[in-house]
Amino acid sequence: MDLTQSFSSLGADIIVSAPLVLTMVMGLVIVVLDAFRRNHVATPWIAALTLAFGLVMEITRIGAASGTAYYDLLRVGGMAAYVNALIFGSGLLTVILARPYLESIGHHIGEVYALILFASTGMIVLGTANSLITIFVGFETMSICLYILTGLVRTNQGATESALKYFLLGAFATGFLLYGIALMYGATGTMYLHEMQSAVGDHQTMFRSGVGLLLVGFLFKVSAVPFHMWTPDVYQGAPTPLVGYMSTASKSAAFASLILVLYLALPSTQWIGVVAVIALLTMVIGNVIALAQTNVKRMLAYSSIAHAGYILVGLAAGSPEGYSGALFYLLVYTVMNIGAFGVIALLEWDGTQGSEQSLDSLSGIGYKKPLLAWSMVFFMFGLAGFPPLGGFIGKVAVFGPAIHSGLTWLAIVGVLTSAVSAYYYLRVLVVFFMKESNPDVATDNITFSVPGMSAAVIVLCVIMLIVLGIVPTFLDVTASFFDGNMLATLP
Amino acid sequence: MAAQILFFLLATVAIAAGLGMLLSRNPVGSALWLVLNLFCIAGLYLTLNAEFIAVVQILVYAGAIMVLFLFVIMLLNLDVLPEIKDIEWKKVFGFTLGMGVLGLLSFVVASSLDILPNEISARRAAEVGSATSLGEVLFTQYALPLEVIGILLLAATIGAVMLAKRKPV
Repeated sequence: MDLTQSFSSLGADIIVSAPLVLTMVMGLVIVVLDAFRRNHVATPWIAALTLAFGLVMEITRIGAASGTAYYDLLRVGGMAAYVNALIFGSGLLTVILARPYLESIGHHIGEVYALILFASTGMIVLGTANSLITIFVGFETMSICLYILTGLVRTNQGATESALKYFLLGAFATGFLLYGIALMYGATGTMYLHEMQSAVGDHQTMFRSGVGLLLVGFLFKVSAVPFHMWTPDVYQGAPTPLVGYMSTASKSAAFASLILVLYLALPSTQWIGVVAVIALLTMVIGNVIALAQTNVKRMLAYSSIAHAGYILVGLAAGSPEGYSGALFYLLVYTVMNIGAFGVIALLEWDGTQGSEQSLDSLSGIGYKKPLLAWSMVFFMFGLAGFPPLGGFIGKVAVFGPAIHSGLTWLAIVGVLTSAVSAYYYLRVLVVFFMKESNPDVATDNITFSVPGMSAAVIVLCVIMLIVLGIVPTFLDVTASFFDGNMLATLP
Repeated sequence: MAAQILFFLLATVAIAAGLGMLLSRNPVGSALWLVLNLFCIAGLYLTLNAEFIAVVQILVYAGAIMVLFLFVIMLLNLDVLPEIKDIEWKKVFGFTLGMGVLGLLSFVVASSLDILPNEISARRAAEVGSATSLGEVLFTQYALPLEVIGILLLAATIGAVMLAKRKPV
């Protein structure tokens, strides 16, 4: 093997994947900095600047042709750039939202920002993976960082419990994923996704078992029913702005990777039924259980399960149109969820990090904190899928392709469950604006201020949500990833 | 011929060390028997030309993991186990014989069904198993996963320290 040539090609790959490499390196810088200057003021800003740089870099490359790097292990440009931009964007907004929040609960630890950068590294590797090896490595890096962030508030019993639950169940999911990878490799003799379809040969049974186990791992990460049990507990126990990060960025990465697996490695006729049934269960169970929740964070957790179901509808369509719809939905979902969790994080005034805060304790808050409450109006209507907000276009983008693929029943169930979801989303607004303050809870004495940066992030999310709803060009962008050049650029 | 003699020598010592680990009544003694067993297995890898695995076996298992075992044993302050009173030699003999027959039969069945793994020539094994070839692949083709795994381990270490050690600020 000619090493000189290999190293020069690696050097070129490092430049192509500069945002990823930079995220890794800056994470290390933060770890070292924090060792010498504990909880330095600059730490969150270093993380934010790194993520912002990555975001800008990736946005400029969305239009570029897609290609591969690192011996075809990773994809770059096109769809990969879009997914990376999602991950960087939600990371950036989270870092800005998390800093005042963590300070207020007394857990402003420098390592948190390093872990967010490391988690982003893992998500990027997962979301742009072109090989089963990178899928596994990215999956694990992302998961480990998220377990730690969940259990960040060690003194809170609920947080510790949820972190342990997440870790144990997540370890099992990783086991399933790894076993699936082993079987798929055994059946095909290749780790590369685009080579699998032609290499399966007569090992169909082994390959399908492998795919099944791989899907279990992915469906756990995107919290699809019946692998959703961890979601409400984890979302309730973890620090609220970080929940926004977990629920958006990790879902974007896992869904992007799943789309690549389905698109590149699996002939669509075989798994379409499985994904459709899981999408149905996820939408119904997520939405119905959400109706009964009194805790806001738990309610949003079930809502995020339901949204995973909507995205799975797009995947079940099995057409490039469906995949691009799902990718667009991820963008809308990221904007809405980061915003909603950001508002809830700012409304936590009882010092329990929202793990015990009931919806009723927020009654009448709409007149005391008009900015937050009115932003929440947009997020709730967006999540429920009302036009003209982004949530509506997102739902059109995933349900439409399903109808074109003959899954009309699935789309009908999707629309019906969205109608059900309006009940619990709008109840939040009823409590915010139309209920008298609860006399037992002294909301009159609430004296918390909204940090300017956090307010800016939330307003930005609102603006993005409206823009996504009325400017439909974003959908063309995601559709362009599947123009057929994605496969053509492969060796 | 020399390789076969070496194999049987190492295998015998490995089995004896395994038995010693089970039968030793002192936990520290058990752990030391296990170290001997791991060394013999490393020697077996060497005879198969898999030098990298042999070295890793000694470094990781015999070195790191055994030290961890010994620490745990000493910290937990385990008592010396009670002596084994009467061993029923008939049962031991029967078990050994039974396992031997089972092994032979499975080999025959497997070879008749043609599902035994193909034999790898010594030269090929030396090419694949050496640290040089492994290192070349790890630092060129799989450089990215290798680095990301480094990040993964670092994050796990940070997390362990953060969750276990750090007092609320």
